[in-house]
Amino acid sequence: MKIAVIDYGAGNLFSVQQALKRLGKEVILTRDEAEIRSATHVIFPGVGHAKSAMKQLKDHGLDKVIPTLAQPVLGICLGMQLMCGWNEEGKLDGLGIFQVRIESIQFQFTNLPIRQFGKWQTGSFEGKSREMRSNYPVPHMGWNDVQIDGKAETFYFVHSYAAEICEDTWGIASYPVPFSAALKKDNFYGVQFHPEKSGSAGEQLLNQFLAL
Amino acid sequence: MQVYKRIIPCLDIQNGRTVKGTNFEGIRDAGDPVELAKLYSKQGADELVLLDISATNEERGTFLPIVEAVASEVNIPFTVGGGISSVETARKLLRSGADKVSINSSAVKNPALITELANVFGSQCIVVAIDIRKSGESWVVHTHGGKRDTGIDALKWLQKVVSLGAGELLITSMDGDGTKNGFALDFYKEAEQLVSVPIIASGGAGTITHFEELFTQTPVTGGLAASIFHFGEISIPELKNELSKITRIRN
Repeated sequence: MKIAVIDYGAGNLFSVQQALKRLGKEVILTRDEAEIRSATHVIFPGVGHAKSAMKQLKDHGLDKVIPTLAQPVLGICLGMQLMCGWNEEGKLDGLGIFQVRIESIQFQFTNLPIRQFGKWQTGSFEGKSREMRSNYPVPHMGWNDVQIDGKAETFYFVHSYAAEICEDTWGIASYPVPFSAALKKDNFYGVQFHPEKSGSAGEQLLNQFLAL
Repeated sequence: MQVYKRIIPCLDIQNGRTVKGTNFEGIRDAGDPVELAKLYSKQGADELVLLDISATNEERGTFLPIVEAVASEVNIPFTVGGGISSVETARKLLRSGADKVSINSSAVKNPALITELANVFGSQCIVVAIDIRKSGESWVVHTHGGKRDTGIDALKWLQKVVSLGAGELLITSMDGDGTKNGFALDFYKEAEQLVSVPIIASGGAGTITHFEELFTQTPVTGGLAASIFHFGEISIPELKNELSKITRIRN
C-alpha cells in the first residue's frame, strides 16, 4: 500500500497525516505527478478559500492530474468541493468529477422566497428567519449525523458551502436542508466532514477507504 | 438537524504546562497539556481550545511542539490562540495541526487582521475571542488577558468582527471566569440576535445546571470550561450524560 496525500499548499496535511499514522499507515505528502499516479490510494485534503486553493492546484498542474487518476481518491472538505462543478465561493469551475454545484448554505436564512439548492421554495421558513438563524448558525460547525451506507454516523463538520443532493450523493446530512455530506462516483470519493477529526467514526471511514 | 451542543475543555498553557487562575489571576498548575487533551478526547469532549498565555518569547517557543503533539495524539478538532498577530504565525499553527486559530487582543489592535486571516485560511477557521466585563448596563471588551479595558461596547464589537470575517466567536465573561457563578446568559441571548456565526460561551461554569441553563435558555452551540474539568469537579461523561436528557448531545 502506498498512500499519497496531495500537498498543494492548502490545508490540514499534518492532521490527515497524523490521523493515518494513528491507524498505523505511513503516507507521503507530494505534489509530484509520478508519485501520485503510483500510489494505491490518494487523499486530496483542503481547508481554506476555494479561489486560492484552485489557483495552487492549477499552478502545480494538479487540476489535470486528479480527474484522470484511476486508483481510489478521497477528497476531504474543500478537496471534495473542488472535485465538484461550479463553485460559488471561488466563482469558478471545479474539477467536474462530481456533477454538482457548491453553494453557500447562508442563503437559506434570508427572506422569502428561499432558494434552496437551485430550487425556489416558499413558505416553510416564513416568519422564522431569526429563529432559523439562531438555530442554524453558519459556518455549519460541529458534530452532525450523516446517513451513509444505510447507517447513521456522527462526524465533525466545518463549512459554509455545500453540495446539493445529486446522483453521486453517498452520504446525506441536513442543516436543516439536506445536502451531500459524502459523494461517490467510480473510484472517486468525497466527504464534506473531517474524518481525520471525527473520533472513531472518522477512523472507521478512513479504514474503509484504505481497504478499497 | 442542528449540530450537537459542544462541550469544550480549555487548556491555558504557560511554559509547557496547563495552568488555571480565577478572574484571570492567581495561576495554579493543572498538568501536562498533551495528557489532558488525550484524556478529554477519550472522555467525549467535542472540541478543545489551547491558549498560549506565555508572558515571554522564551516561553512562547514551547507552544508549537505542544500543538504538534496534540494533533498527533488527539482525533477531535482543536482551536489554538494566544499571541497570534500575523498570517505567518497562524499558518505555522495550522500547519502544525490546529483546526482553527483564535485571535483576541491583536484583533482589537488591528481589526484588518481578521479579514486578512479569513481571506487566506477561510472564515471557518478564524475564531475571534472576546473578553467582556459588565459595566453598568453595558458590556465592555477587555484585552491583554483581561487587564486592559478598551472601552469598546461588546455587542457592537462582535457585529464588527463578524462583518470582517470571523467564523466563530469565543466569548468569555470575565465576571464569571473561574468564579463558578454561571454563564452570562443575558449577554449570549443578546449576542445571538445580532450575528449568525456559532458562539462558544465561556466563563462561570461551575455546575451541570449552568450548562443546562446555557443550552436551554440560549441558542449558543458551545460551552467552554477549564478548572471544573482540570480539577475533577465535573467529569465530561457525567456532564454529557445529564445534558443528553434535555438537549442534543453526542455520546
